[in-house]
Amino acid sequence: MARTIIPFGPQHPVLPEPLHLKLTLEDETVVEAIPALGYIHRGLEGLARGRDFNQMVYVVERVCGICSCIHALCYCNCIEKLMGLDVPRRAKYLRVIWSELHRIHSHLLWLGLFADAFGFESLFMALWRVRERVMNILEATAGNRVIISVNIIGGVRRDINGAMLQHMLLDLDAIEKELKPLYSTMMNDYTVQKRTVGVGVLSKEQAYALGSAGPVLRGSGWAQDMRQLKYEAFEDLDFEPVVEHEGDCFARNKVRFREVFQSIDLVREAIRKLPDGDLAVKVKGNPEGEITFRVEQPRGELFYYVRCNGEKNPERVRIRTPTFANIPPLLAMLPGVQLADVPVIALSIDPCISCTER
Amino acid sequence: MFEPTSITIDEVVPTAKRMLHDGWRLITQTVFDRGEEGFDLFFHYDRELEELDFKLSAPRGTVIPSISGVYFAALLIENENRDLFGIAYEGLVLDFNRSLYLEEAGDPINAPFCKISTFTKPIREV
Repeated sequence: MARTIIPFGPQHPVLPEPLHLKLTLEDETVVEAIPALGYIHRGLEGLARGRDFNQMVYVVERVCGICSCIHALCYCNCIEKLMGLDVPRRAKYLRVIWSELHRIHSHLLWLGLFADAFGFESLFMALWRVRERVMNILEATAGNRVIISVNIIGGVRRDINGAMLQHMLLDLDAIEKELKPLYSTMMNDYTVQKRTVGVGVLSKEQAYALGSAGPVLRGSGWAQDMRQLKYEAFEDLDFEPVVEHEGDCFARNKVRFREVFQSIDLVREAIRKLPDGDLAVKVKGNPEGEITFRVEQPRGELFYYVRCNGEKNPERVRIRTPTFANIPPLLAMLPGVQLADVPVIALSIDPCISCTER
Repeated sequence: MFEPTSITIDEVVPTAKRMLHDGWRLITQTVFDRGEEGFDLFFHYDRELEELDFKLSAPRGTVIPSISGVYFAALLIENENRDLFGIAYEGLVLDFNRSLYLEEAGDPINAPFCKISTFTKPIREV
């Protein structure tokens, strides 16, 4: 049978960012997928050599808007460990609260887009309506909706007062209440199941061997989440990774929706245990040495390598984002599927191309 | 603290095979450009949240054996290193020929922080 090569992306209705796949088809069946990147490569790692270690916090926040807080958290941890800084416990808790709120709004954004990808527009709108509540919390506590810039080297820039914490708890109750029927719809609706169950299957062995990260890895049965490393306040919080075993689009979808509820519980617990104290320690001198650090972004494991030589500018900041790790698994999922399923499968890894290309 | 194990160029692929056999997942590779002295190439692996790192130091122009035949996930990492640092790999399972991020006609290479270019700009006569 003759083969046809068609482009999927970079501009496509289901893609919020420019991912380009060159698909080789036999009739309607995909036989090969080759990625093409480079549409939004900004050279942010290269900027590290021209910015001092404090300014780099703002640069890494702009690697990705949706998980900006967690990028900054990871980078700050690298510098703090190189400088031997003991971050105040209150700051560690506040970092967890903001980063889990980021996870909630990121997952809700993705869940909405995913619903839209298989044509369930009312579910998309309902999920994004709930997401607005989370964005309002971020704006009320940090002054911005997306890039909240709360992390600094040595701690956090802002505090959350008692009244606001109480308000957050009420809001989280309302968010949870509104999400429960949507979860039921997402899990039980015929349309959702028809488009996602058994589609884009990644076996447990493949997921590990191909270096998957985050919900893609956990949707294939691996209980691995960087929050198990107990960074920041996670050492004091109850946490078990959310795992599903089917390895298909539905399983990845389920992992993310369950993680929304888990993050709500983590924020509640962090608020309940939030200690009093300072927000940051004073930073003196420049960092020296090299270090790696890993945290869990909404899309999975985020890896930083930072090397400094005692001067104000880092020598090297290397960022490996989870979408970069999840593209090889995506290439393994696509051969053999129908062209109509490609948008759903591509979206199921929650592709963040801003992160990938940096 | 970060304490990578040094390896030689002949040990790159055997180390990757051993790590795969022992159940380690490839996290990524990191290039550190040492200018005229060459570059350091780090290999980062993970198993049950434990991280293990290897370091290869090589002079400029060294052709590195690709581990993408062992870990398929390395193909994008190594192509990225090729684009951004001009590092040459041998045995890449999918070779973008320095066009992963760059334009296909991107010769000479002008990546944001590419120093180790194998291409030379022609001298323009005035």
